Amino acid sequence: MPDAKLPLTLMLFLPFASSAATALMPAGARNLVAWLAGLTALAVFGLGLWAAPEIYAGTVLRAQYAWLPEYGLNFSIRLDGFAWAFAMIVSGIGALVVLYARYYMSPDDSAPRFFAFLLGFMGAMLGVVISGNLIQLVFFWELTSLFSFLLIAYWHHKDAARDGARMALTVTAAGGLSLFAGMLIIGHIVGSYELDVVLSSGRTIVDHAMYPAALALVAFGALTKSAQFPFHFWLPRAMTAPTPVSAYLHSATMVKAGVFLLARMWPVMAASDYWFWVFTPVGAATLLIGAFLAMFQQDLKGLLAYSTISHLGLIVLLLGLGSPLAAVAAIFHMINHATFKASLFMAAGIIDHEAGTRDIRQLGGLYRAMPITATLAMAAAAAMAGVPLLNGFLSKEMFFAETIESHVDSAFDHTLPYLATLAGMFSVAYSLRLIDQVFFGPEATDLPRKPHDPAIWMLAPAALLALMCLLVGVLPTWTISGFLSAAVFGVLGALTPEYSLAVWHGLTPALLMSVVALGGGTLTYLGLKDYLSGAVEGPPLLRRLSGKRLFERAIAMLSWRWARVLEELLGTNRLQSQLRALVVIMVLAGCWPLLAGAGFSPAAALASVGVWLGNTWLSPRWLTSSAPMVGMFDPALLLVWAVGVACAVGAAWQAKYHRLVALILMGGSGLATSITFVWYSAPDLALTQLLVEIVTVVLILLGLRWMPRRDELIPDDQLTSARLRRLRDLFIAIAAGCGVAALAFAVLTSEQTATIGDEMIRRAHPEGGGHNVVNVILVDFRGFDTLGEITVLGAVAITVFALLRRFRPARDSFAAPDQKRFQTEYDSTRYAPGKDPINAHYMLVQGVIIRLLFPVICAMAAFLFMRGHDLPGGGFIGGLTFAIAFILQYIAGGARWVEDRLVVLPVRWIGAGILLAAATGLGALLFGRPFLTTAFRYVELPLFGKTPMASALSFDLGVFALVFGATVLMLIAIAHQSIRVYRTMEKASVREKAAARSRGDV
Amino acid sequence: MSMTILTWSLMAAQFMLAIAMVCACLRMFRGPRAQDRVLAMDSLYLNGMGLMLVFGIVSGSTLYFEAALVIALLGFVSTVALAKFLMRGEAIE
Repeated sequence: MPDAKLPLTLMLFLPFASSAATALMPAGARNLVAWLAGLTALAVFGLGLWAAPEIYAGTVLRAQYAWLPEYGLNFSIRLDGFAWAFAMIVSGIGALVVLYARYYMSPDDSAPRFFAFLLGFMGAMLGVVISGNLIQLVFFWELTSLFSFLLIAYWHHKDAARDGARMALTVTAAGGLSLFAGMLIIGHIVGSYELDVVLSSGRTIVDHAMYPAALALVAFGALTKSAQFPFHFWLPRAMTAPTPVSAYLHSATMVKAGVFLLARMWPVMAASDYWFWVFTPVGAATLLIGAFLAMFQQDLKGLLAYSTISHLGLIVLLLGLGSPLAAVAAIFHMINHATFKASLFMAAGIIDHEAGTRDIRQLGGLYRAMPITATLAMAAAAAMAGVPLLNGFLSKEMFFAETIESHVDSAFDHTLPYLATLAGMFSVAYSLRLIDQVFFGPEATDLPRKPHDPAIWMLAPAALLALMCLLVGVLPTWTISGFLSAAVFGVLGALTPEYSLAVWHGLTPALLMSVVALGGGTLTYLGLKDYLSGAVEGPPLLRRLSGKRLFERAIAMLSWRWARVLEELLGTNRLQSQLRALVVIMVLAGCWPLLAGAGFSPAAALASVGVWLGNTWLSPRWLTSSAPMVGMFDPALLLVWAVGVACAVGAAWQAKYHRLVALILMGGSGLATSITFVWYSAPDLALTQLLVEIVTVVLILLGLRWMPRRDELIPDDQLTSARLRRLRDLFIAIAAGCGVAALAFAVLTSEQTATIGDEMIRRAHPEGGGHNVVNVILVDFRGFDTLGEITVLGAVAITVFALLRRFRPARDSFAAPDQKRFQTEYDSTRYAPGKDPINAHYMLVQGVIIRLLFPVICAMAAFLFMRGHDLPGGGFIGGLTFAIAFILQYIAGGARWVEDRLVVLPVRWIGAGILLAAATGLGALLFGRPFLTTAFRYVELPLFGKTPMASALSFDLGVFALVFGATVLMLIAIAHQSIRVYRTMEKASVREKAAARSRGDV
Repeated sequence: MSMTILTWSLMAAQFMLAIAMVCACLRMFRGPRAQDRVLAMDSLYLNGMGLMLVFGIVSGSTLYFEAALVIALLGFVSTVALAKFLMRGEAIE
C-alpha cells in the first residue's frame, strides 16, 4: 500500500483551503473564483482516481494524526470503497455544479461568497464521508448543516430564504446533536470512537442493553438530515437556495448524508427487529407521501424536492429491510439518484434562468424553444420514473424485488410490494407531468422572458449527468459495476451477496411491478391532468398536514412564549436588582461551607482575630524599635488608611446625588490603595493602580456629561419602603464586604509553607530571563492567559465603539452644558468671532504646558515599557501612559484640534497588538517549541546599553499596542459624542429654520 | 547620632505628610464648592507623592520613585480633566 497520508489529508483540506482563499478574493473576480473552485473539485476527484486501483482491490486507505491522544481520540481519515464512492460523487458532481453555477449566478451576486461556501460545504461533506472517527464525523456533519444554512440563505435579502435557512438549520442541527449523543453511546458500548473498531465489533452494539437508545438517537439524526417524514418539511423550504445549491446539497450530497450514515452503520446495527421497525415504516411513509405530494407541486423545484424526499424514503426503506441485497439496492439507488436528480435540478435551473419562472402552470411548450434542455430533462426524468434502459430502472427493479422478499414476518411486510408499486405509480405520474406540462402542450405566451437554450457550458454538466444515466442504464456491467461493487464491498465486506446488474432478468414479479407502475402512473397523470392545470395550490388530501406549520408553532412556543414567561419570572432590566442578586448569591456561597462544614465556631474565629490584633496593632514595637520596619504598621500608613477608608465610604455615600464629589473621593481612596502597595513592596501594582485611577477619572467624567441631571426631589425617595430597601441593601453590602475582608484575612494570616508565588519568584530569572516577576508571569509563564485577556480587552473596546456609534443621549442632556452656553454668550461680546475658543482663551496656558509634556510622557511610556522585564513597568503600564499622553492632548485642545494635527487609529493599534502578540507566540512554533515559549538574551543596543531582549518583549509590545488602542478608542468614542450631538443639533436647527422659512413663504 | 536624627526626621516627615493628607481629605469632604474639592484632591496627590518619596528614603530603595514620578508627571491629569469639566461641562469637547 502506498503512503496514503498526504493524498488523504489533501483530499480533506484542499476544499477548506480553497474556500478560505476564495473568500478573500474581490467580489468581481467571478471567473477566477470559479476556476479555483472547479480545479479544487477536480483535484479531489483526481486524488480519488489515484486511489481507485487500491480501492478496487478492496484495500482501506488510512491516515491518522494524534488529536487528543490522552482521551483516545485521533484525527483519522479512512477511505474504504463506500467512502470512496461518495467522495467521487461529492467531488465529481461538485465540479459539474461549479461549472453550472458559474453561468447560473448573475453578475450581481457575490461570486467569492458563493464559491467559498460551496467549497466549504464540499470539504465538510468529504469530512463526513471519509472520517475514520465517530466524533470527527459528527463534527463535519454539523459543519454541513452550517454551510447548508449559509447557502440556503445566500440571497439573504429574501425573507423566504432566511426562513428556509433557519428551518433547515434548526431541524438538521437538532438531528446532529442527537446523532452526537448516539455516537457517544456507541463509543461507550464499543470502547472506541475509531470507525475501524466500531465496524469490526460484530454484534456487540446490537446485543447491548443501550442499543435502543443509541438507535433512536442515531435514527433521529439520520432521518432529519435525509428529510424523512415527519421531518421532511425543511427540504422544500430549502429550495429558496440558488439552484446549483439545490442540485448539489439538497439532492446529490447533503441529504444523502443521513442514508450514508445508515449504510455506514448498517453492518453493526441492522441485525435487529428494532432497526426494521424504525426505518422501514418511516421509509415507506416518506416514499409514499413524498411521491404523492410531488404530483401536486406547482413549483418545478418543489416537485423535485418532494421527489427527492420520496427517493430518500425509498433508500431508507431498503436499508431498513436489513438484508444484504436490499443494502446493495440502497447503495445503487443513492448513486443513481445523485446523477439523475442533480441533472434535473440543473435543467430546472436553466428553465428558471431562461424563462423567468418555475411555475409549472405558466410554463408549457418549451420543447420548441429549448430542445436540448428538453431532451436532457426527459432522459433524467425517465430515469427518475424508472423507465427501462435508464439507471433508475435498474435500482428500482432491485427495490421492487426486495420488497417482495419477506424480512420480518408481519402484515406490514406483506403489504410492502403494493405500497412500493403505488409509490412507483406516483413517481411515474409526477415525472410525466414534469415533462408534459413544461415542454409540451400549448406554448406559453406570458413568460417573463423569451426562452432559448442556454450557453453550452451551462448545458454541459446536465448533459454529462444525463448521459451517465443512459450509459449506466444500457450497459450497467461495463460502466457502473466496478464502482458499485467497490462501494458495496466497503459496507458489507464479507457479507456481499451475489447480485446481477443485467437489464433483462426475465419475466419476474419485479418486472410486472415496473410495468404496473408505468401503466398506472400514466393513467394517474391523465386522470389528474385537468385538476393539476387548475389554479389549486397543494394536494387534495394532505393540505392540512403541514409539518411546516407545526414546526413554526413549536418554534414560536419555545423561542417566544416560553422564553417570555421565563424572562418575566427570572429576568430584570434593572441593574440594581441584578447586582443585588449577584452579591446575595456570592454571600450565600461564601457562607455555605462555613455553615455546612463541621468544626467552625465563631468563638475560635474571634479568638484568632484577637491574637492577631494583640501581635500587631497593640504591640508597641513600632514605637520602640529604632527604625520603622518595612511592612509594619506605622502611624503615617495608619493615617493614609484612614483617609482611604473615609474616601471610599464617602464615595459610596455621595454616589447617588453628588456624582462629581463621589468621583473625587474615589480618586482619594485610589491614592491610598496605591500608597499601601508601595508600603508593602508592590511598586508594580502601585504604578498600575495610579494610572488606572487617572484614566478612570477621565472616563467617568466623559460619561458624566451624558448622565441625567441631579434631582433631589424624587417623590418616592422618602417613602418607608424606599428607606427599607436602602437599609436592606446596606446590610447586604456590609455583609459582603465583611465576608470578603474575612476571607482575605484568613488567607493572609494562614501559615503557608510553599506557595506558587515562591515558585514563580524562584523561576522568573532562570527561565523567563526577567527580574520583574509580575511581568515575567504576565508575558511568559501565563502568556496564554494574557493573550486571552488582551483579546477580550480589544473585543470590549470595539464593542464599546460600535455601541456608541448608535448612542442617543437623553433629551435633557442633549443641549450644551450651561457653563459652555453662558461663556459662549459672554465671549461673543468680548472677542472677535471665528477663533477657536478653547485654544485661544480657556486652555491657553495649560495647553502649552500639556503640548510640551507630550514628548516627555511618550518618553516615559517607552521607558516604563522597556524596563518592564526587569523592573516595575511593562506593556500594560506603558500602554496606559502612552494613552494618557494622547488623552491629555484631547483635553487641552479639543477633539477637532487634535484630529486636525494627529492621526490616531486606535482600531489598527488594537489589531496590530493582537497580531503581534499572537505572532510572537506562533514564532516559538517555528523553532519546534510549544506556543508562546520565550527566548531571551542580552543585547548591546546603542543609547540603551545592555538590554535584555526576550521574545517576551515583542509579546509585551503587542500588549502595549493593544492597551493603548483600547483605552484611546473607548475614551475618544465617548468624547466624540459631544461633537456628534452638536452636529446633529445644528442640522436639526437648520432644517427647522428651513421649514419655518417655507411656512413663512406660504 | 546623625542616624537617629535622620530616622526621627523621616518619621516626622512621614507623619506630617500623612496629617496633610488627612487635612486635604477633610477639605474634600467639606467642600463647599466643587473647585475646593478638586484642589483638595490635587494636594492629596502631591502629599501622597511626598509620602512615597520619603518612604523610598526610609527603605533605601529607589524602586518606589517611579510611582512618585507617575504622580508628578501624570497626577495633574485628573485635576485638569475635572477643572475642564467644571469650567466647560465637558472634559473633552
